[in-house]
Amino acid sequence: MSMYRGGVGQWSWALHRVTGVGVLIFLCLHILDTSLIVLGAEHYNAIIAIYRAPLFRVMEVGLFACVLFHALNGVRIILIDWWVELTRFHKLLFNIEMVLFTLIMIPVTWIMLRPLLK
Amino acid sequence: MNLSSAYGRPKPSGGFEAWSWLFMRISGIVLLVLALGHLVIMHLIHNVDEINYAFVVERFRGFGWRMYDLSMLVLAMIHGANGMRVIIDDYVHAPLWRRVANGLLVLICGSLLALGIFVAIFFQPVM
Repeated sequence: MSMYRGGVGQWSWALHRVTGVGVLIFLCLHILDTSLIVLGAEHYNAIIAIYRAPLFRVMEVGLFACVLFHALNGVRIILIDWWVELTRFHKLLFNIEMVLFTLIMIPVTWIMLRPLLK
Repeated sequence: MNLSSAYGRPKPSGGFEAWSWLFMRISGIVLLVLALGHLVIMHLIHNVDEINYAFVVERFRGFGWRMYDLSMLVLAMIHGANGMRVIIDDYVHAPLWRRVANGLLVLICGSLLALGIFVAIFFQPVM
C-alpha cells in the first residue's frame, strides 16, 4: 500500500508516477501517429505538421523533461535498492538528481525552442 | 527493520511481483539508453522540422534502426503498462472496477503494441 510520509521521498515517488503515466500516454499517441506511415506520405506528413505548432514545441520540452526525470529518478531508485546504505544519503542523491536534471534541461530547452524565435 | 522498508513499495520476495520488480529495473536501464538516445537523435540532433515521410523511409531502409525502434517499443510498452498496473492496484480497490481498469489496460496497450510491432516490421515505402 502506498503512503504519504512527506519530504523528498514523497515528492520523488509522486513525480515518478506522474511522469511515468505522462510518458505512457505519449507513447500511445506516438504509436498511432507513426503508424500512419503505412498509409503513405500525405497522411504521415499531415500528422507530423501538427507537432511543429508552437504549443507542441513546448509540450515536446515537457516530454523530454518527463523522460529525463523518470530516467534519473529510476537510476536513484536502483542505486538505493542495491546499496541499502545509500538510504542514509537519499536526500543528497535526490538533490544531485535535480542538479543534473536542471543542467541537462537548460540546453535542451534552448535547442528545442530556438526555432520559435526565428 | 531498516529505513528503506518505510518508503515506497517493499521489495517483493517471490513469484510474479518479484519478476515484475526485476523486469522494471532491467528494462529501465535498457530504456535509459534507448529512449534517451531516441530523444537526443530525433529531437536534438534532428528535429521535428526535418522529420517527414522521406526521413522515415530513409531511416527504415536499414535493418538496424527497425530493430532499435522495435526493442524500444516492446520494452517501453511493457514497462509502462506494468507501471500502470501497479498504480491501478494502488488506487482502484473495488473488484469490478479493478477488473474493468486492468481489462482496458491490457486491451489498449496490447492492441497498440501489436500495431506498433506490425508497422516496425512490415512497413514498406510506397513511393
